Amino acid sequence: MMTIEELKDRAKLDWDSLYHGEYPHILIGTATCGRAAGALKVVESFEKELERRGAKAAVSQVGCMGLCSLEPLVTIVKPDSFTVCYHSVNPQAVPALIEGYVMDDDPCLDLALGTVQGGEGQAVYIPELPRFEHENRLLLRNCGYVDPVNINHYIASGGYSSLARALKMKPAAIIEEIKKSGLRGRGGAGFPTGLKWELCRQALNPVKHVICNADEGDPGAFMDRVVLESDPQQVIEGMIIAAYAVGAHQGFIYIRSEYPLAIERLKAALEQAQKDGLLGGNILGSRFSFHIEIVVGAGAFVAGAETALMMAIEGKRSMPRPRPPYPTESGLWGRPTLINNVKTYAFVPLILERGADWFSGIGTEGSKGTALFCLAGKTANTGLAEVAMGTTLRELVFDIGGGMRNGTKFKGVQIGGPSGGCLPENMLQTPVDFDSLCDAGVIMGSGGIITMDEDNCMVDAARFFLDFTQRESCGKCSTCRVGTKQMLNILEDITAGKGKIEDLDLLVELGEDIRDGSLCGLGRTAPNPALTTIRYFRDEYEAHILEKRCPARVCKELTAFYIIPEKCERGCEHCVLACPTEAIITNEKGIKVIDQTKCTKCSSCELVCPPEYDAVTRISPLSLLPPSETAKPGETGKRKKKTKTGAKVK
Amino acid sequence: MEELAEPDSLNEQLAEVLTPGKKDRRYLVLLLQEVQHKLGYLSKEAMQAIADFLGIPGSTVYGVATFYNQFRFTPLGKHPVNVCMGTACHMAGGQPVLEAMARELDIEVGGITQDREFSLDRVACVGCCALAPAVVVNGTVYPRMTPPKVEEVLVSIRPARTKPEKKQCS
Repeated sequence: MMTIEELKDRAKLDWDSLYHGEYPHILIGTATCGRAAGALKVVESFEKELERRGAKAAVSQVGCMGLCSLEPLVTIVKPDSFTVCYHSVNPQAVPALIEGYVMDDDPCLDLALGTVQGGEGQAVYIPELPRFEHENRLLLRNCGYVDPVNINHYIASGGYSSLARALKMKPAAIIEEIKKSGLRGRGGAGFPTGLKWELCRQALNPVKHVICNADEGDPGAFMDRVVLESDPQQVIEGMIIAAYAVGAHQGFIYIRSEYPLAIERLKAALEQAQKDGLLGGNILGSRFSFHIEIVVGAGAFVAGAETALMMAIEGKRSMPRPRPPYPTESGLWGRPTLINNVKTYAFVPLILERGADWFSGIGTEGSKGTALFCLAGKTANTGLAEVAMGTTLRELVFDIGGGMRNGTKFKGVQIGGPSGGCLPENMLQTPVDFDSLCDAGVIMGSGGIITMDEDNCMVDAARFFLDFTQRESCGKCSTCRVGTKQMLNILEDITAGKGKIEDLDLLVELGEDIRDGSLCGLGRTAPNPALTTIRYFRDEYEAHILEKRCPARVCKELTAFYIIPEKCERGCEHCVLACPTEAIITNEKGIKVIDQTKCTKCSSCELVCPPEYDAVTRISPLSLLPPSETAKPGETGKRKKKTKTGAKVK
Repeated sequence: MEELAEPDSLNEQLAEVLTPGKKDRRYLVLLLQEVQHKLGYLSKEAMQAIADFLGIPGSTVYGVATFYNQFRFTPLGKHPVNVCMGTACHMAGGQPVLEAMARELDIEVGGITQDREFSLDRVACVGCCALAPAVVVNGTVYPRMTPPKVEEVLVSIRPARTKPEKKQCS
């Protein structure tokens, strides 16, 4: 067995051969988001073109830097020149990069996002980009720079030294260090991690388990996926340290099946750790043994709740149970179980390496360290950001996220997935930490931040989340099972223009009952989206109910598509060809007209109408629709014709 | 003859999954996943075989299988189409994409085309929120989908796909 020092030497050799070797080193981001943007084709193209030209370079597939909107990202490290990062690379750009920078000395700065190292004054220095100024990357520090399936890269960047140190410490001292750091569970609830470890250590049963909760079910959150796909070893190291601290010998990583690449990379990472004696029997020559098994989930949002997750590992219907007893006392198969989120474990090696004081120096009074947020929705810079706790939502959305993508007007943020809530613009000064968000009526949850602009309907958003939670309710608590369905029915009525004003009070009452009467996090938080939108966006609800108008022109029953005659007149056929139901006809003046009786409101015409014409618009309420000239003989339009003119043009 | 061959081949296929090492109640979900991976779906016979293998009632197996979203009880198409209905995808217009898929394939969500080439499902979130709305076909993620792009994607997967008669626009 190799000692940690020997492992470090081996890792350094491997690392140096790539980063300080003779040949350039090409790093291509191939996490799921990179792949979706075509990164694998870029890898293939690099390999083919390098071979064709006989150029020598090493190609590595790395994880994600969190700049999803700029994928695929390629970084070229040159031994005696600067390191350049290229964005939105497609296979057509590959020959230019090879001939320019790999084989020659032209860094192709016109294709570059900027430089990572060196090259001052010639291009943007990436770590100095405005968004990075606001970030504090701890868990993401290696993401996009190390090969996730090469353990040498992790060890060379300092990995596993914390484990080596921890194994020489007393378990109680490790727990003390974690407690002192102020680390709180990153699964969303924010329970103090050190305390949880202590409770588990104190439990009497000598057979204990450690579980990593990687069941990242919140739609809109993907930070656990990025961490596992880009730098999985830090999670494994954290788990081993936790197991040593609480005295467990068997661990499980419960991960959802929708993340095949994360599972693949995690498996490879576990195998390598095992091979190097960092996992398995007598870790690093000590008397401590620990094994990790991956359990792939079968798709149940409720399995993210800890008691439900343990049922899933046992191979049962994953339904929560009342607590106490808490898992630390009686968990998996009735044994004491420590269960933490992916990010919680990933922080552990860092805390031991840099000290509890360093960690507790970051963040706010009650929430220490950093938090990962996924920026999605209408933000310009979609992707992943890691910021110190206490950073304001405004910084996240505008400084890091870069504001709205199409210059539209910001309306609100949905934070914390289906269990979270929506906050309006005047709440943007809210700092993101466990307590401040709770005060605002939302929760940190998984950390998904979906920004919404004037084209998003808040009532529809609430309906969407209720539709999700209602579908995912396990059915154990009737308040949740029946209540969420009722809330959904009411919201569906409102979005269809059939709502009554009393419905709003009913929704609030129902929501509070569901919150009080449900066992697990799913039920207790399911009403949040509806409750917060009613609280902050009541005017939108009222518009739907009283005026039968959807202000964002999203709700189908209240919105119609309309082609503005003055803007059409070009005789192009884009919309006609795109319409799946042949609802668009050309009238005698050569202008396209939508037959509202056939229109399915799929928005195809709006999408294909050339931007310079921009003739397709949406109208709400329906009463503003101009009297139609479409009623051709033979058409069986049963439209209720309203004769108000003056269409509201977008 | 073919009718008789069916159960045998089912048992043969199941034998590869139902190995002694997995004869433990806790592997039920894993066994269901592996059987579904092999057969494309969970037939009644396959679920009963798992129940017999583990020595538990068939109703327990069915209860667990129907609890999880991943399991299906009808065959999967050759090219399974999964339209992401996560938050980001919904906000970016996932619903029209799902509807366009259903229309283009002429099946309902959860259904399969007559030629068994395509099946259509909605998934909660594939974690590509930054590239929403996303559609996953055969494991490949298609980012930033729109209804007009749906046909393009389907044709790229199976160029010879014969479309139901329509589209005779001028």
